[in-house]
Amino acid sequence: MVGLQHYLFVSAALASLGVIAMVSRRNAVSILMGIELILNAAALNFVAFSRFGVSTPHNPVLSGQVFSIFIIVLAAAEATIALAIIIAIYHARSHIDADKLQELKR
Amino acid sequence: MTTADVLFYVFSAIALVSAGIVVFSRNLLYAAFSLLFTLSGVAALYGLLGADFLAVTQVLVYIGGILILILFGVMFTQRVYDLKAEAMSFKRGRAILVGLVVFGTLWSTARIVEWPVAERPLEPTSAGIGDLLLSRYLLPFEAVSVLLLVVLIGTVLVGKKEVED
Repeated sequence: MVGLQHYLFVSAALASLGVIAMVSRRNAVSILMGIELILNAAALNFVAFSRFGVSTPHNPVLSGQVFSIFIIVLAAAEATIALAIIIAIYHARSHIDADKLQELKR
Repeated sequence: MTTADVLFYVFSAIALVSAGIVVFSRNLLYAAFSLLFTLSGVAALYGLLGADFLAVTQVLVYIGGILILILFGVMFTQRVYDLKAEAMSFKRGRAILVGLVVFGTLWSTARIVEWPVAERPLEPTSAGIGDLLLSRYLLPFEAVSVLLLVVLIGTVLVGKKEVED
């Protein structure tokens, strides 16, 4: 029987894969993909707890899903801004190697 | 094992394997396309958890929006011949070690804590989410709409300024 623990396992694995991508990749777009993985894992956790957790009057059943919706909206905003910055950097320096981007201003 | 259990294992395998390709692939374009399967797998898991509205939102916003943006980002910033982008900075072994530590922490926390568990019947969620958004979570809802406006303006500004230079 699949329960809360199974979903927590999947979400922990997704989050740590995202951390590996953030730590090891040099390309800024790949780092962004890692961040998306982590955000997805967090949202999955919220939904799993909204399905299996105990609800109280102060904490209605669907709160977890509402939080996930906020996470998705913030992820969209973050991806947009990040890509605008990445493309601006690419125009200015013609590379997006995160290891070589060390100063804010030239 | 019920059908739902089998589906859970299939979908989480899809999500995790393709997330592995996102992280370890040497070809950036493969990584971006593999993200498609990760996001779909997570959407399917939402469906299994009875979050119908969220599953659809995930497909619309993540796959329809964010993934397309990321693909644009990959193709704008990479010359087609060097799509084989330098994959790793930091030694890969050390990165995997960091990932294992994170996973160990999260998973042992999930195992040790005794979560109070109560399974609920599956029912449609859209109406309830709408109610909550416009009553209990009205303030965050409005804050998010202001944030989206700021992001809209900010993106245009950041993108435009560099072109003029």
